[in-house]
Order: sequence, then structure tokens, then C-alpha cells
Amino acid sequence: MFDFLSGYDLLGAFWVTVQLTLLSAAGSLVWGTLLAGMRVGPVPLMRGFGTAYVNIVRNIPLTVIILFTSLGLNQTLGVNLGSQNFDTINFRFAVLGLIAYTSAFVCEAIRSGINTVPVGQAEAARALGLSFTQVLTLVVLPQAFRSVVGPLTNVLIALTKNTTVAAAIGVAEAAFLMKSMIENEAQLLAISAVFAFGFVCLTLPTGLILGWVGKKVAVKR
Amino acid sequence: MTEVSMAKEDVASTGDLVVLKSVNKHFGALHVLQDIDLTIARGEVVVVIGPSGSGKSTLCRTINRLETIDSGEISIDGRPLPHEGKELARLRADVGMVFQSFNLFAHKTVLENVTLGQVKVRRKDRKQAEERARTLLDRVGVGAQADKYPAQLSGGQQQRVAIARALAMEPKVMLFDEPTSALDPEMINEVLEVMQQLARDGMTMIVVTHEMGFARSAANRVVFMADGRIIEQATPDQFFSNPRSDRAKDFLSKILHH
Repeated sequence: MFDFLSGYDLLGAFWVTVQLTLLSAAGSLVWGTLLAGMRVGPVPLMRGFGTAYVNIVRNIPLTVIILFTSLGLNQTLGVNLGSQNFDTINFRFAVLGLIAYTSAFVCEAIRSGINTVPVGQAEAARALGLSFTQVLTLVVLPQAFRSVVGPLTNVLIALTKNTTVAAAIGVAEAAFLMKSMIENEAQLLAISAVFAFGFVCLTLPTGLILGWVGKKVAVKR
Repeated sequence: MTEVSMAKEDVASTGDLVVLKSVNKHFGALHVLQDIDLTIARGEVVVVIGPSGSGKSTLCRTINRLETIDSGEISIDGRPLPHEGKELARLRADVGMVFQSFNLFAHKTVLENVTLGQVKVRRKDRKQAEERARTLLDRVGVGAQADKYPAQLSGGQQQRVAIARALAMEPKVMLFDEPTSALDPEMINEVLEVMQQLARDGMTMIVVTHEMGFARSAANRVVFMADGRIIEQATPDQFFSNPRSDRAKDFLSKILHH
């Protein structure tokens, strides 16, 4: 019944999806946290940059961002991110685009977490003589992260599914394979079901595990 | 305790520690601090009292610049209060602060709360910092709770940890912003006792409080504030037995007779 799968590297395609997800998740967590730090910081220029970045980037469709990385940065401006191999270049640009896009949402999730930390926590930290960066990294962010595991899980699940947009610039991940399988085999429903199931296998455990983690690390007040 | 008793020795030698000169502050249309002049000598314990909304908490918070001021001058140990940045952080490290709502770091254990500033601001070795933290926690009577999280402690215990956290920085002056106002009645005394001990050891203290008993027994001076002004300053004996201003008489008549 599943003969239409033979001859296709299904696991290989999903492995690319997983790689895109993990690398983009790590990157957008870092960049998103920095953006959140800028948005709550005392320097007006950085606050302005953070606000502008988030409001511009989260309102542009991901497809446009990913296409821009490939067509704009790579083909027009000649940036190749340190590789000559076409597949590697596109993979890297897909990760770059996903990080740029997802970090806007990570930033806002973290910022809402920062708002859950009582202002007295930061005041006590400042009163001890900690610098702004120390207050943020030692006292505020550790508590903010614990309160936004849930929202960040949503962002991660959305990111996992958003990696399919990388197919638009020829990255051989799951959706890319699905498209060519649908063209070659007369099994539209079965193929769609297999890929839908594949994504559920990735995202459902993510949600369950992080839901448990979120409860475990919650700050008791 | 040695550092504290040493601090007492320079009381006479170096004079004024905290000086506020014609300090003004507005919250929007509200003029919360109006031409405040206040000088606190080294080793002195000053209790600030007054009706709520009189600006006493705000006054306390301007001294380490948790609240900015609109005009006037504040200096600590002869140095004017710096604007934001490293300088200000350095000065804050010398000014201990205890809050009404304790504000212990909720994600850190009691011991970590007391070592954080020593390690990150004073750049002390972690072992030394922990040793000092344990000594201080013993001194305020919560040594046995060192490995618990703040939420597992009673309010009185949390506030004593907060005092230990401030003392760990070896501050020149301690600010207490209504330290017992959020406590259940039976826990107020355990905190006041720690503060009284601190006062006896010669710490310079500015205490905003509604605890008249503490003001009587521990203060060198009582500052009475109303409507953003300092109305009256006197020794506790003078103030409680023979207040000069009508505002103070009115205030005392409302709180002392029940």
C-alpha cells in the first residue's frame, strides 16, 4: 500500500527539515533575546532599532524574506555565506531567513515574559549595584524565560512548519520532496497524509515535552 | 560584626553621610517632594514618618536614584549622586536597600540571593561570598533556610534575608522603605529586632515606617513628612511627647490612641 514511497528518501528530507528547525531555533533564540534586550534597554537608538525591526519583519511574509535572501543577497549582491555549493548556499540562506523572521516573534514572546517579572525584582538588582546588562541577564531574563516556555513552544512549532517555505529556494526538505512526489505519483491524498503525519511526529512531542518543562521551571512567587 | 563596629568608630570623625539640598520632584501634576533639605550623619538612625502619600517612600527611593529628582542635589559621602551608568551602579552598591515587598530574587535560593551582589559587583571569590552570606544569614536568624527558595519562606524570614542581602555588600548606609508594612503582625517584631540590633551596631539607617515603637526605641531623630514637605524634625522623645506642628499633633492623635 505504501509502494509509492519506494525510491524516495523520505527520512533524508525530514532530516533536512529537522536541521533547518534546530539551527533556526537556536539562531532566533539568540537574536530574539538580543532584540528583546534592546527593546527594554535604556538606549533610545537601540530601542528604536528593536521596535522597527520587529514591526517590519513580522509583517513581511516569510516567503518574501526567504526569496529575498536567495535572489537579493545571493544572486544580486553576490553574498554566498562561505560556500560554493549551490545546495549549501541555499540551505544557509534559508536558515538566515528563518532566523530573521522567527526572532521577531521570539523577541515579542520574551518581552511579554519580561513584563511578568515584578518591577521590584529589577529594582532590588539595581539597588545592589548591578549594571543594566547584569540586571537583565542575571535577574530579569532567567525569570522571563521561565514564564514564556509556552509561547516559545508555539513559536517553535510554527517555525517547524515554516521551514517548508525553504522549498521555494530549492532546499531539499520535506515539502520539496512532497511536491516532486505529488508530481510523479498519482497518490495526492496518501502523500499529503504521510507528510502531514511526519510533521505531527515532529511537533506533537515538542509541544508535550516543552509543556512539561514549562511547568517544571515555573518560578514560584 | 567587626566591619560594623569599625564603622561606628569613624562616626565622630567624618560627619555627614547623606545630604539632600532643596530636592524637588513631581509625579505629573503632583509635587511629591517640595524643597527637601535633609542631612544624615554617619552612624545616625533617622526614622521618616508621616501619613500615606506624604512622599516619604519617594524620598527614600531618591537617595539611591531609584527615583530621579527634578531639581536639587543629593550627595552621599561627599560625592554627588551620579547619573545613570557605571558610576551610579558603584554608588548603589554602597547603599543598602530593603523594600516593603522584600523583592528577593524568586529564581535563586536564599544563599544565592545573598551571594549574587558580592560575586557580581564586589568581584569576591564565590567561597568567601558564601561564607559571609552564611554568617549574615545566621546573624539575622535564617541560617537554616539557606538552600530554600524565597517563596518557601514566611514574610518575616524573607525580609530578614533581604536585610542580609543588603548587608552583604558592606553598605555605608541602609535604606528601609516600609520594611514591615507587608508583614503579618506576628512577624513584624522579628524584623524590627534585627533592625534594632543593626542600629545598636552603629549602622547609618534611614527608615520609612509606621512602627512608632521602633522610632521611639531605635531612632536618633524623627523626621515628620506631610504633603511632600518635611514639617518637623526632632528627637523621638521630643516628637512623641511634645510635637510642635499641628499636622504632627493631628497625625499622632490618629495613630497613638487606640
